[in-house]
Amino acid sequence: MRLPRLRRRTRTEPVEESLSLLSDAIVEVAEDDADVVSRRRWQVQRRMAWRDLLEESLAGVAARPARLALTTLGTVLGIAALVTTVGIGQTAAGQISQRFDAVAATRVVVEPGSRPGPDGDMAASQLPWDADERVMRLAGVKAAGTYARFYRDMVSGSPATDPSGEGRHDVPTASASPGLFAAVRAQLATGRYFDSGHDERGDQVVILGEYAAERLGVNRVDSQPSIFIGDRPFTVIGILDSVAGRAELQDAVIMPHGTARQLYGVPAPDSVDIRTAIGAAQQVGEQAPIAVDPNNPELYQVDVPPRPGSLRENVTADVNALFLVLGGVALLIGGLGIANITLLSVLERVSEIGLRRAVGATRPHVALQFLVESIVIGFLGGLVGTAVGVLVTVGVSAYRDWTPLLDMRLAVAAPLLGAVIGLVAGTYPAWRASAIEPIAALRAS
Amino acid sequence: MTPVVRMAGVGRSFPGPPEVHAVREVDLVIEPGEYLSIAGPSGSGKSTLLHLLGLLDRPTRGSYWLDGEDVSQLSERRRAVLRGERIGFVFQAFHLLAHRSVLENVALPMVYHRVPRRERVERSRAALERVGLGHRMEFDPATLSGGERQRVAIARALVSEPSMLLADEPTGNLDSANAASILDLFDDLHAGGLTLAVITHDAGVSSRAQRRVHIVDGIMAEGVAA
Repeated sequence: MRLPRLRRRTRTEPVEESLSLLSDAIVEVAEDDADVVSRRRWQVQRRMAWRDLLEESLAGVAARPARLALTTLGTVLGIAALVTTVGIGQTAAGQISQRFDAVAATRVVVEPGSRPGPDGDMAASQLPWDADERVMRLAGVKAAGTYARFYRDMVSGSPATDPSGEGRHDVPTASASPGLFAAVRAQLATGRYFDSGHDERGDQVVILGEYAAERLGVNRVDSQPSIFIGDRPFTVIGILDSVAGRAELQDAVIMPHGTARQLYGVPAPDSVDIRTAIGAAQQVGEQAPIAVDPNNPELYQVDVPPRPGSLRENVTADVNALFLVLGGVALLIGGLGIANITLLSVLERVSEIGLRRAVGATRPHVALQFLVESIVIGFLGGLVGTAVGVLVTVGVSAYRDWTPLLDMRLAVAAPLLGAVIGLVAGTYPAWRASAIEPIAALRAS
Repeated sequence: MTPVVRMAGVGRSFPGPPEVHAVREVDLVIEPGEYLSIAGPSGSGKSTLLHLLGLLDRPTRGSYWLDGEDVSQLSERRRAVLRGERIGFVFQAFHLLAHRSVLENVALPMVYHRVPRRERVERSRAALERVGLGHRMEFDPATLSGGERQRVAIARALVSEPSMLLADEPTGNLDSANAASILDLFDDLHAGGLTLAVITHDAGVSSRAQRRVHIVDGIMAEGVAA
């Protein structure tokens, strides 16, 4: 095969000509053509219609389907890798935050703020006892309950006082409003929760956390077992199985607020736990302090989950970083493949290029044609790659029983990225094509 | 009447070393409607002369007027435009685009001159009728005989209604029967008023022309080589 000679520049040819490759092709008729134009039967214009350019380029691309498939392979793989990476990353992050959504993303806790006092920080305010009822009025609140940790005394599972101290346990004591259990998604292993009746009467009943029950040796409530806090007996009416929101409940002995106030003089709850509807946590977090204490909402500290969006993005970024690099490498190889094969195709089509030049194509026309060809190849590769990537994402999601999540912008941007790769890869071959002398076409092949 | 071609003292040398004077000094006038043959052995400079005539190359010496316009110092871009308008090329190897229909091949020059689409089809059809291939418009060139392919190439050259048809060994790849039919077609075109310049080393081809010149060692003379 004979290689094309690069253009031999003669003395009189200005260098700028080949530099103004692309801009020239889209310039309208210049004045110096005007006199010629008037004489001719058709208008001579330097600019080639986009439709013609596209048609000529597409014909060039379509002439060798097998080669087209091979040429696009690298881009297909690269784009597919990128789309899959981002797609799986987004899908996985979506799963993670869906799980968070169920628990953390709906949990809001209001506590009194702290302020510096003479003996270190002290509470800046006191929560009212009906704080839970106040926040229940807010839209988006599913359940709310107050909670107080208070005076501790040793707890034992039997009334007998063992002088050695055996059987007495250092178990935290706490009080709660009846709504707290719903607010923290508590599940009972056995028994029941206390209700507002117990609360109002100040009944000496308790719920045991799972671990507290283990330590105290209580595992059933049908016999109405008693425990003793100090010397006071309490009837165990329920044992917790699991708690989603406030894990410390599992270690505690929990009694109604009414009981705690009567017997121990607990001054105020420590916190309000709120379970919100999905997506309402941010809003409830803003409104809850105002509902609790309309005059001094700033004295409260609110714990809200991070915005779901930011959570998802953080996870996505972590997952993607490595695979994006891999996809980038694949794309680089894809681009080199396009450049390589387009260059080969330029060398093979010397006579076609020469012919086009002989029948009136300018260098920019030829350069643009090959550039558009490689852009089309890149775009096709990007399109197929995007489809493959989406299919893989959906397939993996189906296999893992996930909800596939894919940013629509990605599906649009990925084929365009392929086109850009084609553009970059085609630049050098296009320049080579435009440098081929039309004389080459005249030589018999 | 303005001559189609007027060359005065045209020379083309390629910088060396050693410097090669492919065409030394050519004075040539081609009048409208003339049928000229340029004969010469290989290496005589006839290919270079063809390139100069067809605006594919620029002379290093002398002046060249095409349709009365001095084209020896034009920019590359202007020459490309003039090539498309004024010169109809016919090559030995046909140079038809594969995988494109006969009609598309003939319409190719108009793509670069923004001829409206409907007009392209009309003109291509007319050009194909003129070379006797009106019935082959949607064919793939690969299915045509050599003579038919060369006719397609001639139709492509005619479609721009050029000032001059410039043919380079037009029968070089054809058997004698096909070659004869192409030469008959040239006679018809000549009779229709077309200006033709045929470059060949084949005496049988050059003898069909109305006027014959020959070139040896870059120097051109009227008549047949001694």
